Amino acid sequence: MRKEMSQGQKMWAAFRRNKTAMLGGVCTILIVLVAIFAPLLAPQDPLVQDSYTRLSGSSWSHWLGTDDFGRDILSRIIWGSRVSLVIGLCSVLLGLVVGTIMGMIAGYYRGKIEGYIMRAIDVLMCFPDLILAIAVTAVLGSNLVNLIITIAIVMTPRFARLAHGSLLSLTEAEYVVAARAIGAGVPRILRRHIFPNIFGELLVAGTLWVGVAIRLEANLAFIGLGVQPPTPTWGNMIREGVDVLINAPGVSIYSGLSILITILAFNMLGDGVRDMIDPRLRGE
Amino acid sequence: MYQYIVRRILQSIPILLIVLTLVFVVVRVLPGDPAVAALGDYASKEAVEALREKLGLNDPIWMQYLRFIGNLFRGDLGTSAVTGYSVADQVVKVLPYTIELTVCAIILGYLLGIPLGISSAVRRNSFVDYFNRVFSLIGLSVPAFYLGIILILIFSIKFPIFPVVGGGDLSDFGDNIRHLVLPALALGLLMMAYVTRMTRSSILDVVREDYVRTAHAKGVREHLVLYKHVLRNALIPIVTLGGLYAVVLIGSSVMVEIVFSRPGLGKLMVGAIKQRDYTTLQSVMVIYAVIVVLINLATDLVYGLIDPRIKYK
Repeated sequence: MRKEMSQGQKMWAAFRRNKTAMLGGVCTILIVLVAIFAPLLAPQDPLVQDSYTRLSGSSWSHWLGTDDFGRDILSRIIWGSRVSLVIGLCSVLLGLVVGTIMGMIAGYYRGKIEGYIMRAIDVLMCFPDLILAIAVTAVLGSNLVNLIITIAIVMTPRFARLAHGSLLSLTEAEYVVAARAIGAGVPRILRRHIFPNIFGELLVAGTLWVGVAIRLEANLAFIGLGVQPPTPTWGNMIREGVDVLINAPGVSIYSGLSILITILAFNMLGDGVRDMIDPRLRGE
Repeated sequence: MYQYIVRRILQSIPILLIVLTLVFVVVRVLPGDPAVAALGDYASKEAVEALREKLGLNDPIWMQYLRFIGNLFRGDLGTSAVTGYSVADQVVKVLPYTIELTVCAIILGYLLGIPLGISSAVRRNSFVDYFNRVFSLIGLSVPAFYLGIILILIFSIKFPIFPVVGGGDLSDFGDNIRHLVLPALALGLLMMAYVTRMTRSSILDVVREDYVRTAHAKGVREHLVLYKHVLRNALIPIVTLGGLYAVVLIGSSVMVEIVFSRPGLGKLMVGAIKQRDYTTLQSVMVIYAVIVVLINLATDLVYGLIDPRIKYK
């Protein structure tokens, strides 16, 4: 007799069937590995300048050529992955934690608390993401930690709204009412009964929004409000490449491709996770 | 419907007031003295003090706040201490460029995205569907400024068809359009990606509804079911989410303006931050917030118009 598959096994089977999601997952893992092992993988020091090889094209010693200071583009791209990923992942994680707590408190307590929290969220959402990020960066300054905080501030309202919306449908669910009836406290109900039920949606959104966060970082860096040079970041590299676009388009093109591939990988993975979690979409 | 519109407008007012307060606070906590920023680090103490007095920075904070709100309601955005120009004049000069860019990108996004979304949904899991999905996924992932650079490389440097920089002369239609094509494409592809995905999933949701099955069962022709039953209902989220994405597009227009060196609100804002021009920064942020509030309001009103269920809630 065939053994019945568990919920987790069904999800994993659905994920494996989805080729796009698998490709996204594999690419994401590869990019994370590149970032972790950057010191081992980068063929050269990303900061070493060489005026004799300025703006040189592809060669055996510089696979993707060099930039205006003679620095190896491939090595800078490999090291740049660290900044993008650290900012992308940490800011989304921070936004997820703060936003979910805010959304859950608002949705559970309702009344005045909900009013205050949700109005604060509405106010933050009155600014386009990038405008808010630019303004907050101008206040906080642009180093790695401040950029994580800045982008987390942009991400928090999104997670809060999502958690709040999902929770509203759950507060009157029978198992929540039952938990309340047997005397479970609010933190316990939120942690044990509600959070596990909205986690799937938050995970999907989180995966998709890592791409948004990475793009925001690149935008800020391109404007000159990102992690400051000479630290290699993809956004900085594109900006530097624009000045030499006619003579050495590779500087901008390769670093932009790195951003594109990374965001694409997270989007493909996020779409796959969504299809995996939603029983309708996984064809049951 | 009239009551719904009035209620919705009244709801926007407190939000807008809090937004104005937030902008006021943000600009006040920015590092550095606006008077020093305007006069330079080597200005004499007396000159800085005189400018602070002139700008009203020595007044109590609540007085500055009331003056800020009062001036805004009179339409007075102040004078930039850095450039010496009226901020309202600068905004009036660049706003049409941002509006034409965003509106063209939205139109382009809908014109391309809706047919692509329909063809994807109608031929689900076919090659066309797969191609459209990959194409829109790339559109969602590519940063607008990077796409702008690629377009400049191809259509301005390799094949010099369109100008690289500037916004063109607004009074010269041809010149204006030539300067608009590449930026609108760079921004429009993002909108196209959103609209394609939205249209596809919205149609696939509606196709499962009972009334569509009933229409099929009655023997209504396929294209009539699609246009009369499916598309009309699928349009609701396409319109409402369109408002949300228009907001995203306004944010992204900043990057496109910078890449193409186009005049616009975004370029004005980034320039203001770099020059520490606080009066301009404050005004541009307020204008962005007002635009977003108006878009949200318009979206809700359109939503109420096309979906009768909303206004009774």
